[in-house]
Amino acid sequence: MRLITLEKRMSPIPMAGMVIPVISIALALLAGGVFLALSGKNPLEIYFTLFQSAFGSSYGFSETVVKAIPLALCALGVSLAFRVQLWNIGAEGQFYMGAMAATWVALTYPEGSRWVVLPAMFLAAAMAGGLWGLLPAIPRAFWKVNETITTLMLNYIAIFWVDFLIYGPWKDPNGYNFPLTAPFELGATLPSFGTSRVHYGLILALIAALLVYIILKYTVWGYQLKVVGESQRAAKYAGMSIVKTILLVMLISGALAGIAGMTEVAGITQRLQQGLSPGYGYSAIIIAWLARLNPWAILLVSFLFGGLLSGGFSLQSMGLPAASVYMLQGLILFFILGGEIFNSYRLKWIGGRS
Amino acid sequence: MDQGIIIAILATAVTAGTPILYAALGEIITERSGTLNLGVEGMMLVGAVSGFMAAYVSGNPWLGFGAAMAAGGAVSLIHAFLTITLRANQVVCGLALTIFGTGFSSYIGKPFVGIPLKETFKPVEIPFLSDIPVIGPIFFNHDPLVYISYLLIILLAFLIYRTRWGLNLRAVGENPAAADSAGISVSITRYQSVFIGGMLAGAGGAYLSLAYAPSWLENMTAGRGWIAVALVIFAMWDPYKALLGSYIFGGVEALGFRLQTMNVTISPFFLKMLPYILTIVVLIIVTRETKTRKVGAPAALGQPYHREDR
Repeated sequence: MRLITLEKRMSPIPMAGMVIPVISIALALLAGGVFLALSGKNPLEIYFTLFQSAFGSSYGFSETVVKAIPLALCALGVSLAFRVQLWNIGAEGQFYMGAMAATWVALTYPEGSRWVVLPAMFLAAAMAGGLWGLLPAIPRAFWKVNETITTLMLNYIAIFWVDFLIYGPWKDPNGYNFPLTAPFELGATLPSFGTSRVHYGLILALIAALLVYIILKYTVWGYQLKVVGESQRAAKYAGMSIVKTILLVMLISGALAGIAGMTEVAGITQRLQQGLSPGYGYSAIIIAWLARLNPWAILLVSFLFGGLLSGGFSLQSMGLPAASVYMLQGLILFFILGGEIFNSYRLKWIGGRS
Repeated sequence: MDQGIIIAILATAVTAGTPILYAALGEIITERSGTLNLGVEGMMLVGAVSGFMAAYVSGNPWLGFGAAMAAGGAVSLIHAFLTITLRANQVVCGLALTIFGTGFSSYIGKPFVGIPLKETFKPVEIPFLSDIPVIGPIFFNHDPLVYISYLLIILLAFLIYRTRWGLNLRAVGENPAAADSAGISVSITRYQSVFIGGMLAGAGGAYLSLAYAPSWLENMTAGRGWIAVALVIFAMWDPYKALLGSYIFGGVEALGFRLQTMNVTISPFFLKMLPYILTIVVLIIVTRETKTRKVGAPAALGQPYHREDR
């Protein structure tokens, strides 16, 4: 006997785009809090520490922005692929390939000036990331080979490749045998704002969001993306090339993640090292979905998730692994997914009738 | 290479393939009902950590194995509720489950990282069978969980192809509307299949933390859950073919280990890439093959079903 049923909604909830994510995050924090309490931790204290260290001081705030830059670039890339129903979960690997290519430029031309080396690093990273996105797009476009699995497999391959380089040919001879390259010369480093660690990659992320917005809103190609995403059959009848769209979208998607890798090595670590990304490429998936693939919302959500990451490091001093924030991220996504049905349906009490 | 080394590599192929085999068998059941669960990696991690914790605390690996299956099944119900009842996007929901499982297992497993397990599953020779030359040492000189996986394949194939439940399962996966009008509950069948998939993914994770490398490390599955998802396509949703596929992947992993100890000039990092490269290559070949031979995924795979929208 069913007491509650789902009924199609005739008109959408006003402001659903804002209301559902906000309620979802609140419920995820609540569920996470219950879990933390059950395992003997004080959830209020943990959330307070998280918030305080992410947004409570100018240092914390700048660290949050620092983390938001690669998150936003990766999420913008992922969002383009998601728009045409391509489940690119390879941003992590595309990020590493970008970082690798940028490092190659930096190590090969140590004497160059910023004006030459940085643009070269940028182009190399965009190409390497783009290529890593294109690789799984080719079998997807021509033979419908599942891109979720291939993009993920390429993440592992990219990370092992970087490991090979930093443990082998690129290892810093003065690095006490740590897996990292020599530090970059000045010409290969991204300048920062004032004395903070917030680097000019922030501008790149803002420009990328603007470009994605313009492409989607004002170009024919952006309109094609929308049509292909909603109905491949309709797109085919309208004479659009699905193959071309898939290849181009994945190329751009990968390039954006590759650029994120470049800003991270040139702006933050100023060398290639192990564990460069704390899972930016995976968080990007959640950010893109939470932002409903809207580029401006991606910037905002990246900032919040940057706070979650930078605050996450402070949790380690409380004996929690930094990866616990992924538990919270997963919970947020669960509630978002569960909440989406209320865009088009509402609960209806039907009592004892079945 | 002499015969002894080849047999040793093949025997390692079986143990290295077993965690993938468990997870792939579970995902075959799940996908047969038309539900795609990409959270295998996360469910395996949750299984690995809960299995380790239960075995460590109780001192009994069998309790650990049971706990892992229960935990894998429990987290799979999140996926079932969101995708079947609330009709959420199955791909994104599976990704969420993997991300959640990664974080959750790191969180609860923190105090157990790097502790060796005292009571683990140990190899048991099967009398007579283990004496067969070549076949014996490769297949019948392993821990009990390997033997259980052999039986499981036969059991699941019987369930899918020879029972009423299996018929219903396949009907729901191929044409849920027709199954519904024949009086089969689509959502109950799908809940059951997702739950079985979760339990077996948990079992696969537990094989890693209780038998293959008895300890707990963050992210110790290292993509095996994703390889299992790819393997389901390779196996064309058939339990017997999943056996072959798992051992091929296990074999590549075993060969990589063996080459590392033999001082070959290839970097160990490139050897570690092999299973992932193989997955991509195999996936491309098999996908092209299934297209030309017109056999493939359950027709309703990935689509939510609700009666009113027919």
